Amino acid sequence: MNREKKPPASPRMKHYVSTAPFDPRSIEKLSAGQEKLYHASQWRLMWWKFKRHRLAVVSGIILIILYGSVLIAEFLAPYNLHTRNVEKIYSPPQSLRLFHEGKFIGPFVYATTYRLDMAKLKLIYTDDVTKPQKIRFFCRGDQYRFWGLFKSDLHLFCAAKGGSVYLLGTDRLGRDVLSRIIYGARVSLTIGLLGIIISFTLGITFGGIAGYYGGVIDLVVQRVIEVIQALPTIPLWLVLAAIMPVTWSPLLVYFGITVILGLLDWTGLARAVRSKLLALREEDYVLAAQLMGASPRRIIARHLVPGFMSHLIASATISIPTMILGETALSFLGLGLRPPITSWGVLLVEAQNINVVALYPWLMLPVVPVILVILAFNFLGDGLRDAADPYK
Amino acid sequence: MLRYILKRMAIMIPTLVLISALVFFLIELPPGDFLESYIAELQVQGETVDPRHIAYLRQEYGLDQPPLQRYFVWVTGMLQWDFGYSFEYQMPVAEVVGERMFLTTVLSVTTIIFTWLIAFPIGIYSATHQYSWGDYGLTFIGLLGLATPNFLLALVLLYFANIYFGTSIGGIMDPEFLNQPMSWAKMKSILAHLWIPVIVIGTSGTAGMIRRLRANLLDELQKQYVTTAKAKGLHPFRALVKYPLRMSLNFFVADIGNILPQIISSSVLVAIVLSLETTGPLLVSALQSQDMYLAGSFLMFLAALSVCGVLISDIALALLDPRIRLQGRSVK
Repeated sequence: MNREKKPPASPRMKHYVSTAPFDPRSIEKLSAGQEKLYHASQWRLMWWKFKRHRLAVVSGIILIILYGSVLIAEFLAPYNLHTRNVEKIYSPPQSLRLFHEGKFIGPFVYATTYRLDMAKLKLIYTDDVTKPQKIRFFCRGDQYRFWGLFKSDLHLFCAAKGGSVYLLGTDRLGRDVLSRIIYGARVSLTIGLLGIIISFTLGITFGGIAGYYGGVIDLVVQRVIEVIQALPTIPLWLVLAAIMPVTWSPLLVYFGITVILGLLDWTGLARAVRSKLLALREEDYVLAAQLMGASPRRIIARHLVPGFMSHLIASATISIPTMILGETALSFLGLGLRPPITSWGVLLVEAQNINVVALYPWLMLPVVPVILVILAFNFLGDGLRDAADPYK
Repeated sequence: MLRYILKRMAIMIPTLVLISALVFFLIELPPGDFLESYIAELQVQGETVDPRHIAYLRQEYGLDQPPLQRYFVWVTGMLQWDFGYSFEYQMPVAEVVGERMFLTTVLSVTTIIFTWLIAFPIGIYSATHQYSWGDYGLTFIGLLGLATPNFLLALVLLYFANIYFGTSIGGIMDPEFLNQPMSWAKMKSILAHLWIPVIVIGTSGTAGMIRRLRANLLDELQKQYVTTAKAKGLHPFRALVKYPLRMSLNFFVADIGNILPQIISSSVLVAIVLSLETTGPLLVSALQSQDMYLAGSFLMFLAALSVCGVLISDIALALLDPRIRLQGRSVK
């Protein structure tokens, strides 16, 4: 008990209201940076987090450039896909030079002459250092139909008049490897995207149904997934590819391959969707939606899936490389795409022979973009996965 | 424990039945059958085709019966260790496949061990030295292995092995040992050839394994018991090995189940490129000539091999982790 002495009563104060502007947040004043962070949307947060993963950003840029080049392949390639030069069969890559006799004359290649080495039965190309052939830019070269729509003959660069430029060498028919790689990107890069769309759809549908309904449906879907995962993929691809009739047109085969790749890839995604849904369907907002009479389809598509969409995108990014490699492998075995459709896998069929490794190693160059793309997708996927959960 | 194993094996049965149905459906899908391509082949060679002979063959091989009936004949046959008859080789499938299956198993097991030997130390190093140059470098090398198409790597390795070690091109042993009984010299020859496919197949699986081991171990290392252990002055090595590593080992074992189908699958491809006397080339030729029982039983073997791999990994997991034993399901 320590009752203090009351202070003497003061005259009653007037009701006081400060006229100074009051900001309720002033107590917990946020710095400009914090404010930005707290008010940012989820996607913005993800973007910030993604940016921190340098390698992923670089990979993303590389991929954008590659996919962009797919759109203007005809323009970028110095030659057409099937342009043959019978004078330059198995020509090794010509090196791009800048200085001729100590003087800078811009990018050029030396003209080459060849002779046949009878001992090895190999064509030997030698540079003729007296004849520099300057490379022309934005020049008229092989005619092509851009996107099959209108005629053009503009190329980013082409050889000097009467000369030739094979920066990555030529193949057994004297076709430019660089141009073929650029054209091949078109098929190789899109096959992964189309395949992933198929597997994405299947994965979300089946995973969604299994996870939402549970019970018997879940059990059946689970078994099917288990079975597909237990089967080794490449033999299964072989079987499916063997089913495609030989009479199919190359374009149809292309779609067939994407379907095959997509059909076998959805299992992992479906599992992920299922386990997420199993956890999420117990949430109150799902019950609320059900009480309001939303159909299961709507609940899955509108309320549940968006909750972990970012994770799905990240995992899809990581599985694109599998598809690109799968196409390469199938084409390599002769069960996939066939010429005249050109993909990196089809190009690598040329490198199937051990002679190629020994004599014409530049025919293995299409593997470089394959490796590059796969690495890029992997790093991009890593970055996306880290960014997918920005609140962590 | 025994109950768990039995339960686990019981689950295998519907899986295998489903697989067999799927396999049969798939090999039935292409139009035509082996006899049709056989007739076409005979006609190309200019030989006359006796329709009665064909009809006899069709009946003999049971090709005139409806698919469903053939499926049951095939499946019940397999249960009695009769895997059908290869049209092309004119002998029972079991005999055609026998030695190749053995080599496939040898190759797969060796590859798994190789993958572990590489992935395990690298994974631990990467997790304990997160974001260091070593981490980046090793992860990058692992990814490079993943990104390089197997068949090309196989060719290049084959070429260099031939130049530097004089290994004969193609095959899993020197040609003179083919169809010889197993001997010390044959063994040595197999080993001298085996390393190429093992490396080629191993590289593609290692990256994924490193990545998953690293992620799991990192999760584990962030837990509070590790901090407590360190705070109490436990040697860092023991603080790593005693519990976190054991926890992530769990997943490592579970990964056998994932990695085995992958290895078997890439071994098929690599075998074709390297013309190994394993399974790949046989399967492709059987598929192309519609030698359906050979292809079907073969796929069945491969699938059974991976299903068994998953079983082994699940049992090992149950031995390691009492939670799984008691609950009867695996925890990720």
